[in-house]
Amino acid sequence: MSNRATNILVPLVSVILGLLVGAVIMLVSGYNPVVGYTALWNGIFGDLYTIGETLRQITPYLLAGLAVAFAFRSGLFNIGVEGQLIVGWFAAAYVGVAVELPKIIHLPLAILAAAVAGALWGFVPGLLKAKFRVHEVIVTIMMNYIALHVTNALIKTVSDGGDRTEKIFTSASLRSEFFQNLTEFSRLHYGILLALIMVGVMWLILEKTTLGYELKAVGFNQNASEYAGMNVNKNIILAMVISGAFAGLAGAMEALGTFEYVSSKGGFTGIGFDGIAVALLGMNTPLGVIFGATLFGSLKYGALNMPNEAGIPLEIVEIVIAVIIFFVASGYIIRLLLLRAANKKKEAK
Amino acid sequence: MSFLEVLYFIVPSAIFYAAPLILVAIGGVFSERSGVVNIGLEGLMVIGAFTGILFNLFFADTFGGATPWLALVAAMVAALLLSLLHAVASISFRADQVVSGVAINLLAIALSLYLVKKIFGKGQTDFITERFARYNVPVLSDIPFIGDLFFKSIYNTSFFAIAVAVVAWFVIYKTPFGLRLRAVGEHPMAADTMGINVTRMRYIAVMISGALAGIGGAIYAQTITNDFGHATINGQGFMALAAMIFGKWHPLGAMGAALFFGLAQSLSIAGSSIPIIQEIPNVFLLILPYVLTIFALAGFIGKANSPKANGKPYIKGER
Repeated sequence: MSNRATNILVPLVSVILGLLVGAVIMLVSGYNPVVGYTALWNGIFGDLYTIGETLRQITPYLLAGLAVAFAFRSGLFNIGVEGQLIVGWFAAAYVGVAVELPKIIHLPLAILAAAVAGALWGFVPGLLKAKFRVHEVIVTIMMNYIALHVTNALIKTVSDGGDRTEKIFTSASLRSEFFQNLTEFSRLHYGILLALIMVGVMWLILEKTTLGYELKAVGFNQNASEYAGMNVNKNIILAMVISGAFAGLAGAMEALGTFEYVSSKGGFTGIGFDGIAVALLGMNTPLGVIFGATLFGSLKYGALNMPNEAGIPLEIVEIVIAVIIFFVASGYIIRLLLLRAANKKKEAK
Repeated sequence: MSFLEVLYFIVPSAIFYAAPLILVAIGGVFSERSGVVNIGLEGLMVIGAFTGILFNLFFADTFGGATPWLALVAAMVAALLLSLLHAVASISFRADQVVSGVAINLLAIALSLYLVKKIFGKGQTDFITERFARYNVPVLSDIPFIGDLFFKSIYNTSFFAIAVAVVAWFVIYKTPFGLRLRAVGEHPMAADTMGINVTRMRYIAVMISGALAGIGGAIYAQTITNDFGHATINGQGFMALAAMIFGKWHPLGAMGAALFFGLAQSLSIAGSSIPIIQEIPNVFLLILPYVLTIFALAGFIGKANSPKANGKPYIKGER
């Protein structure tokens, strides 16, 4: 079997195994998996409204997936997408409520603010990695908690002690009447177009620019890149900054499209961590991220229907997602099994 | 409040918050010293907390006062089993250890919430009735100052945690097992050449980390929250991870860091009733442990070096 084929088969096998494990858990705990998965299906594709909401859910997943994938390609593991998303969310919402400007200026400004905030949050671990060789995983985890507590404190300040900001001015909103009419008034917004454009931007950076070539080279082998005359430190910082900007944009989707405000949080949104799953499943390629985000975004939104229609706790979908990550991460063993199966076939012939 | 009163109030509370952190951080020390990164500590704590609360609720009538302690054993077993999943993925299947840890975290919270909803029909469990009791240590609590500070209305679990830290220090630095553990984490190939079974050592280390994280989670749930819901653990595992790094992968260092983070946590909760601390915005106390960890890693507070082979799967014969 060719390398490319196994590369695509590993995620597929993982998804199937994940869904199977989910079915077994439902069966063991006394639920009917067929009813459960039917409810999940209806929760995703039930009617135009749910399809619109599913697409809305996919939007931040696309950007979070891009953020993780982009860092991965440069050999960095950005677990901090969650924190970068949270600061992006706050920055966009803040710009959205603080001033009222013509839409043509206000909306891009709010989006830009989110990207800059996320980029800044990615810059810190990037700088520490480049200057002090500090492992980015730990720093980004710590930055997540700092983001959570700092934005909560800022929200309190901005809203005079409350726990959410005002609704943003419509001039900063991504809401779309066109999409709303199309999908029976779901919250689907223009952000999905922006997210898809960003998928293209990532492809363009990675495949068509010198910067992208250098980033990938650094990801493959830092010493070789250094020897070839590339500035490894600069590339590490840039990779984290761009990754953080993608994550910040994911926050803007929530701030300007879905919720149109920011509220203080008791815990993480989870989108950033699911971004890891999206990127892994998509093999860190732009096209793969679309596939991963579509799958996980759909699962996440569809799960909301499971308690109503089938009486099954929606956490079953989280279990499925965790199992999928587990299997994709253990790709080595799946590859080995696929290889053995292929060899057996050859011998049989 | 006088300064002494503040001290009598804040020190026991810091130790109280630190106890679970100490145990989980020590667990992390074992795992990472053997070369397996364990981001899954958070998830292992969650499973421990869930199992502990569940056991406590179901068996409180049977075992009475001993229930919380037996619940620790149940939590230990449950978290140990979950940590096996991490071990299999990261040691045998050569998975990316960070990714596997992330999966463990997601799986633990999802699985326990799923079961909570299945069993209780709501998002959190009932409150437990059998709790760890505070008590005054006889004789010692009569010592002036020190008695008030360390031995009055204290939990047994705090002593347990400190004892575990000392034992861990002894095991890791003074026994052949500890030497092998460290060797496997620094240079697995050299260790393998000397006849040490790298895979076996790493499995044992990850299982120890699972067991300790489970106990830590159960202690946290049974002393601080007294029920289990989605926000019960809420980052304590990552805080323990931070304590492990801040303590430079040393059991006693991790204990010291955990005590310090416990102080920061208790100040952020109780600080509003203490003069001077009142003036500091709460958010600074909340982020203090995380900021300090970043500083420690960046080398501002002495360089923190992780074990050399940390995070790399060992593949025989690979150079």
